[in-house]
Amino acid sequence: MKNIKKSTLTFFGAMLAIYIIVQLLLSLGVLNNFWRGIIFWGAAISIVALGLNLIYGFNGQFSLGQYGFYALGAYAAADVTWRWLNEDPSGIVVGFLGSAVVLGLYALVAVFLRRFYNVRVTTRFLAYLLTTVLGYGIAVIGLRPLLEPLLLTVLNALPPAVTQQIVFFLALVSGAAIAGIASFLFGIPVLSLGSDYFGIATLGFTIIVKVLLDNTDTILPFPEMKGARGMVGIPQWTTWTWVFLCFLLVVVVMRNLLHSSTGRAILSVREDERAAELVGIDVTQAKLLPFVVGSVFAGLAGGIRAHDLAFLHPQSFNFIQSFNPLIIVVFGGLGSMTGTMITGFLWILLLEGALRLFLPQGFETWRFVVYPLVLLIMMLLRPEGLFGQYEFPYLKRPLANLRTRSASPQAGEAAASEEVTP
Amino acid sequence: MAAVERSRSKAAMILKRRDGQTLNYISSGIFALGGMGVLFVLGKQLINNPPLFIQQMLNGLQLGFIYALIALGYTMVYGIVKLINFAHGDVFMVGAFTSFFAISVLDLHNWPTRLIPGLAPGLSIVLGTVTVMLLTMVVSAVLAIVIERFAYRPLREKPRIAALITAIAVSFFLEYFGALPFALTNNYITYPRPFEIAVFSAGIIPIGVLVALWALFGSSIGAYFILRAMGKRGNAKMRLWAQHPLLQLGMLLGGFLAVVLTLTTLRIQTERGVWDLSVSNVALVIMGGSILLQVVLQYIVSQTRLGKAMRAAAYDKQTARLMGINVDTVITATFALGGALGGAGGMLYATAFKQVHHLMGIIPGMKAFVAAVLGGIGSIPGALVGSLIMGQAETLAASFISTPMRDAISFSLLIIVLLFRPQGLFGEPPGEKV
Repeated sequence: MKNIKKSTLTFFGAMLAIYIIVQLLLSLGVLNNFWRGIIFWGAAISIVALGLNLIYGFNGQFSLGQYGFYALGAYAAADVTWRWLNEDPSGIVVGFLGSAVVLGLYALVAVFLRRFYNVRVTTRFLAYLLTTVLGYGIAVIGLRPLLEPLLLTVLNALPPAVTQQIVFFLALVSGAAIAGIASFLFGIPVLSLGSDYFGIATLGFTIIVKVLLDNTDTILPFPEMKGARGMVGIPQWTTWTWVFLCFLLVVVVMRNLLHSSTGRAILSVREDERAAELVGIDVTQAKLLPFVVGSVFAGLAGGIRAHDLAFLHPQSFNFIQSFNPLIIVVFGGLGSMTGTMITGFLWILLLEGALRLFLPQGFETWRFVVYPLVLLIMMLLRPEGLFGQYEFPYLKRPLANLRTRSASPQAGEAAASEEVTP
Repeated sequence: MAAVERSRSKAAMILKRRDGQTLNYISSGIFALGGMGVLFVLGKQLINNPPLFIQQMLNGLQLGFIYALIALGYTMVYGIVKLINFAHGDVFMVGAFTSFFAISVLDLHNWPTRLIPGLAPGLSIVLGTVTVMLLTMVVSAVLAIVIERFAYRPLREKPRIAALITAIAVSFFLEYFGALPFALTNNYITYPRPFEIAVFSAGIIPIGVLVALWALFGSSIGAYFILRAMGKRGNAKMRLWAQHPLLQLGMLLGGFLAVVLTLTTLRIQTERGVWDLSVSNVALVIMGGSILLQVVLQYIVSQTRLGKAMRAAAYDKQTARLMGINVDTVITATFALGGALGGAGGMLYATAFKQVHHLMGIIPGMKAFVAAVLGGIGSIPGALVGSLIMGQAETLAASFISTPMRDAISFSLLIIVLLFRPQGLFGEPPGEKV
């Protein structure tokens, strides 16, 4: 107990204070439903952006796929609870236990593949893909008839309030797990591409997910998701406690990950991939791990958002939206957790909250004219982001000497040459 | 001690590892089976109903040539400044709207008939359309230059991500400024074509035209091979002549138009009756215009001083500066050329689909970028080939595999190609400096 640092205490104390204040304001009715939604939305977006900061800010992999994983998490979690409300525990069985089966099988495949050298990424990808199909197949065919009656009796025997919390927890975990599995599968082959190509491939992923969501009822067997009409009937189970706990969990997990030796490996890959490889870092793993963790965060945020909004539409996950986390991360400061957290909240607070409320009627459309201009001016004046490299003391890495890569090796020698028109 | 034990057992495990080549063969086999499955589905459709399949391929060609015009802007800009210019799709949109206003408000496409009433109708239509297109290209080029000057140039020496964010910001600004009621409004607007649509089908095209096109194609390709063979013998001048833009124009224009128009003369007897393949003049204008502009671009890049400077700047900006090249001017010129082609693409796209909308640039822009990546970013022939593949993939997937999934299929194609050939089809393998 005596070794706890002052910065840790300050951080958790501040977090607790924020929790209590917001909870009080919500209970007393000072914050109405509108502001409640804005705060929850801000938390969800912050979590998504933190995930992206882990992938891009700390690991240097330019990803535009964050909203794809967010969408996957949202739809998966919403589907689990929707099915539960309709007396069908199959969502829990497939989403939660099926994902567990898949993860177990992944471990077996990893052990198997480790016995070989010279295995191509496409082979690895195919092995894991077939395993995934097998795992979920086992869950759908084998586990469902076995466990569904059992689950139904156990969960129905508990008091309804407790059952609801358990189901909600399982739904959130299922959403996060499915997003994580998808990102793992997608990351194996695609992370071996260079940075910009990886960005395009992830953009493609977002578009593919959006198209799939548009056709959930026609091509995919999920009639309850209602395709392009939008999914309704999701319970509004998200409470401030859940939001806060998820947010805190994400921050602490990310902070501890970055403080560990794995975290240093992740950072070294950003600084110089080749050099990292030469000092013995498993670069593939150091890229895959943050990608999966960041996507799990996105999936978790999706579950929170789905159970707050109680309505999901594929259009809110199209690829234009997928720039939002990127903008937040860069706006807040690339590689600054503090900046991402605060900017995520501010962004929603301003764009969806304040501007919508205070601009006169009919001027809502102006928001998206003003906002890019602000972004443009901001980038021109302060390209390192609002917070630059600043971190709260608790989040600050020891010996942090982050440096941002410049665009080209010849940066900073602009007017050094005699210029003649070609 | 435990650590030593662990590393020893790790080393023993590494030594015991076996070659995974067999696994690779198995997975390649499974991938090949999947690819053959897709080809089988398409082949079955081709055999079942050949006219429909060929007609869809013609439609895909039209789309592909539009993508090619946009893709060139992406590929050139990326080649020089390594920036994914997200605003390029909106330059395309502005190009479409410029031509829309030029036609509907200024009535620009009718100026030859107004000023010179005695002119032949065909000639006046061509003149009018070309004028509208030139205006569109100029406006789009100016827009691209303005964007470059104010949004990208101040950030040239800053981290790359800053310029990317400003690109996104400019893109959002153009899109949502267009949505304002007094600007372009956020409705779909019907686009008045500068010329009447005409459909060419069996028997309409005179044989003479076909013969001329095939002759053009044959002679230019023959001349190309003869000149190249002479060049190989050591005649350097002949080798240069072999790359003359007129020869390329002859080959591309003659080849594509000859094949397409010859196909339209076919009458195919199927079980459901006689099927005439048809092609509209819009498609021909798109193909011809796209090829013409690309050959002009290829000429600029490969034969002029500006092009040489562009290639030098793309290769190494620092050294290019030392050689006395004004890199900023070169980059501005690149943006202008890309913008002009993108604007022309916007006009052709609007002519083909008869609609303009303030968000119309997003999806074609994205697909064109994907096409550029597919063909190998930085390569001009690669942009054309990648775009044609994208156009075909999209139309064929939409008509024979699954209509709602066509975007997903074309993007999956990109991911698959990148997996097996990360630098794209025509790209240079990335050199790595240690």
